Amino acid sequence: MSINVNGKAYEAPSALLDKSLALWLREDLLLTGTKIGCDIGVCGSCTVLIDNKAMRSCKLKLKDVIGKNIITIEGMTQTDGTLHPIQQAFVDCGAIQCGFCTPGMVLSTYALLLENPNPTRTQARNAIKGNLCRCTGYQQIIDAIMSAAQTMRESKKDN
Amino acid sequence: MKYKTGSNPAFRNDAYAKVTGIAKYTDDYSMPQMLHAAPVYAPVASANVISIDAEQALLQPGVVAVFTAKDIPGNIKFGQIIKDYPPLVLDRIKSTGDVLALIVAESREQAIAAIQFVQPVLEELPGIFDPETAMLPETPLLHPEHGSNVCNYHCVRTGDIEAGEKESDLIIEQTFSTSRAEHAYLEPESALCHLRPDGVMEVLGSMQHPFSTRRFVASTLGLQLKDVEVKTVPMGGGFGGKDDTAALVCARAALCAYLLKKPVKLTYTREWSMRESYKRHPYTIQYRMGLKNSGKIQFVKVRIVADGGAYCSVTPWVTWRSTVQCCGCYEVPNVHCDVYGVYTNNVFSGAFRGFGSPQVNFSIEQLVEIAAHKLGISESEFRRLNMVHQDSVTITGQKLNTHTVSLKQAMDTVLKEVDYEAKLPQCSFGKPESDEWYGIGYAISYRGMSLGAEGTDFNSAIINIQPDGSVLLETGIHENGQGSESAMILILAEELGIPKELIRYRFPSTSNIPDGGTTVASRGTLLGGGATVKAAEIVKERICEGVEAAKGIKNCQYKDGKVYDVVGHEVDDYFTAIKLCYANQIYPYAFGVFQAPRVSWDEHTGHGDAYFTWVYGCQAVELMVNPKTGQITLLNMVAAHDMGKAINPAMLAGQFYGGMTMGAGYGLYEDMPLDSGNPKPTNYHNYRVLRSTDMPEMTAIFIENPDPNSPSGAKGIGEPTLELMAPAIANALFRATGKRFTSLPLATGVQDFVKGLQQ
Repeated sequence: MSINVNGKAYEAPSALLDKSLALWLREDLLLTGTKIGCDIGVCGSCTVLIDNKAMRSCKLKLKDVIGKNIITIEGMTQTDGTLHPIQQAFVDCGAIQCGFCTPGMVLSTYALLLENPNPTRTQARNAIKGNLCRCTGYQQIIDAIMSAAQTMRESKKDN
Repeated sequence: MKYKTGSNPAFRNDAYAKVTGIAKYTDDYSMPQMLHAAPVYAPVASANVISIDAEQALLQPGVVAVFTAKDIPGNIKFGQIIKDYPPLVLDRIKSTGDVLALIVAESREQAIAAIQFVQPVLEELPGIFDPETAMLPETPLLHPEHGSNVCNYHCVRTGDIEAGEKESDLIIEQTFSTSRAEHAYLEPESALCHLRPDGVMEVLGSMQHPFSTRRFVASTLGLQLKDVEVKTVPMGGGFGGKDDTAALVCARAALCAYLLKKPVKLTYTREWSMRESYKRHPYTIQYRMGLKNSGKIQFVKVRIVADGGAYCSVTPWVTWRSTVQCCGCYEVPNVHCDVYGVYTNNVFSGAFRGFGSPQVNFSIEQLVEIAAHKLGISESEFRRLNMVHQDSVTITGQKLNTHTVSLKQAMDTVLKEVDYEAKLPQCSFGKPESDEWYGIGYAISYRGMSLGAEGTDFNSAIINIQPDGSVLLETGIHENGQGSESAMILILAEELGIPKELIRYRFPSTSNIPDGGTTVASRGTLLGGGATVKAAEIVKERICEGVEAAKGIKNCQYKDGKVYDVVGHEVDDYFTAIKLCYANQIYPYAFGVFQAPRVSWDEHTGHGDAYFTWVYGCQAVELMVNPKTGQITLLNMVAAHDMGKAINPAMLAGQFYGGMTMGAGYGLYEDMPLDSGNPKPTNYHNYRVLRSTDMPEMTAIFIENPDPNSPSGAKGIGEPTLELMAPAIANALFRATGKRFTSLPLATGVQDFVKGLQQ
């Protein structure tokens, strides 16, 4: 009955198995970086990674993720506060305005780049299709995805 | 200058917090003993309230209290212009967004579960859902105390309309209608209120006008302004939609917290947000335009009816902008314009990015093309012939001579960038044999900046330099997500000639700084930036005084982080000068005010210097239409705007892209049809907001003619970018299909058109 969130194992209380994953993260683990925009699984604000796949946490219940590995936005940053290259690219490219979609966008980007380290702009657009943004018109988010992909490829080469 | 990604790294003071998820929005906060509220909505749009029975609701698990309007200690009704809106309805339901009662429970789920147990006894009344019907003399009044269902009326009377009619070689008439659009900010409304030990009602909320929120809360609770403190935390989008509608949410949470003496949070569901929050006004615009064979516009007669819904909100201001800009960016010698904002039992209408211009631009920018083609003149030649230029006089009698009028520059820039003339021959005009119809189109505008004559327009900034040289800055402008705090920091860094890293924007609160009005009308950078420059001028004098007192010299000058003596020799650097200030008991502290230059307006004639400066812009679009399905594919979008000065280029580009996208969505799909006054769309699954895959690559071009009346040189950009894409798309759709679409949303018209062809 264990759920791994950002590298840490949590016991899922049996009374909460029917609770929405998004609310459990926010209310019980106090990981409020996961946002709730629609609560019906269409806006993508609550996106988290479950076994490296981008999923809508508002549509999942706790019982759906027993034994899974979850990454939330809080799990993207290193413990010393250093940003993940995706996060840094979002900052540098001006991909952030109100910021409400940002955690979900970063996680959808991460899921994409884990699968496809060298996406085209069209593939990047497709990867964030499920994430609504009302501020940016998406263009600088696509810029950030391309820039992050490049940085991550280069750092892989260096290693 | 064409914006290039990476040419300038973006600066945002809140980027780290937002990208790591540690930024705390209202709903991310909680407090010990916090309770949760939920609204009980009116089931119908028009009814008398006989009674509200909460007995069963009070028996539900976790329910602590149920409050109705009878529990409001202060004023039941409030409003920014007309005080006609009750946070809780007392006796008469006017809209399905009206709230009858608030349930307070230990958990949000418990509060929501108890909603169905509140039993209102109502006497249903016939609803008035059509503004034209509402205006008829025999129609019952929504607000009897107002004396009319016409919430407000504006007019313009310029020249001699009859002479204009006589002198015209061609007269055209066309009616346009626009949709009711939802802001669809990603973060639903939320408020967390508590009564502090010092007796102050503290409000955290997702709203874009903290000072208005403070007025709403104080009025509802019967408190003085000093006894309410509104603190602003990151807000997940506003776009005009979190002005008074969000203040109401705060007032409701504050009411519960005040009565129960416990913290109360009220976080909206998307469904409540879409049901209750105000929308963009749907307009019906009837034009009659007279022209000379030469192409010169002789007269414009226009009647505009805006559906304001059940409450006034800012309808008089929204429709005022439509009045001033009713002829678009063109010189027209004879104008007769009547504009009505009308009460109906529909969900109310209010501020929305663009604020009365998108509706007018959608119409006029098609009308000028219709006129040009009837005269056998190209649309571009027609626009150049009639557009405002340097020293033009607007239809309200304002001479455009205080700034650079760059409309032609903006238009030429965009047409060149998209290669408009070369692409025109490729347009399909509904060619039956093609598999895809191609079209290109564009639109131009001018836009009065800031509030204009709709309100008093000033703002302040406080600069408080610390002994170590670091700086606390605040202004009366609200961070809506657009990056206003970052823009102010950059402006101050440049003024003082110090690194931006030395400056921190102070956590904003209504108790820190005077009421600076609302952060709307693209006025943030213009007004807040202006106040920052004014405060910087004062603080530079203080710094010089510190050095003068320490050194026993006079007439020092501050420039680029250094203090110079009267003959121009460097005396001290910034850090030393600040130390000398403190050592000599001179505070490097300044309160600066920027007062917008005088504007004027005569309600009877519709004449005046409506806005103290104007922004000019042009946007173009290329698209394809599938002749079988009617599906529209956007191929390319280009915009050029003269915003005066680019302060933070990456964020400025973000305003371009975001506005163009929102404008495209408004043009193509966004619509909130109503069912007896109640919005049919309830969430993002049935309200279509554009997604990443709907969008083409966009080009943003900055035109910089610094404005002499703006201390920072910058004007504004948030709204100009939104107000042009709908007409640009409509014009491109005409060239793709050969048909004019005069109603929003356009995709519906295109689908009906291709269906008709197949029958």
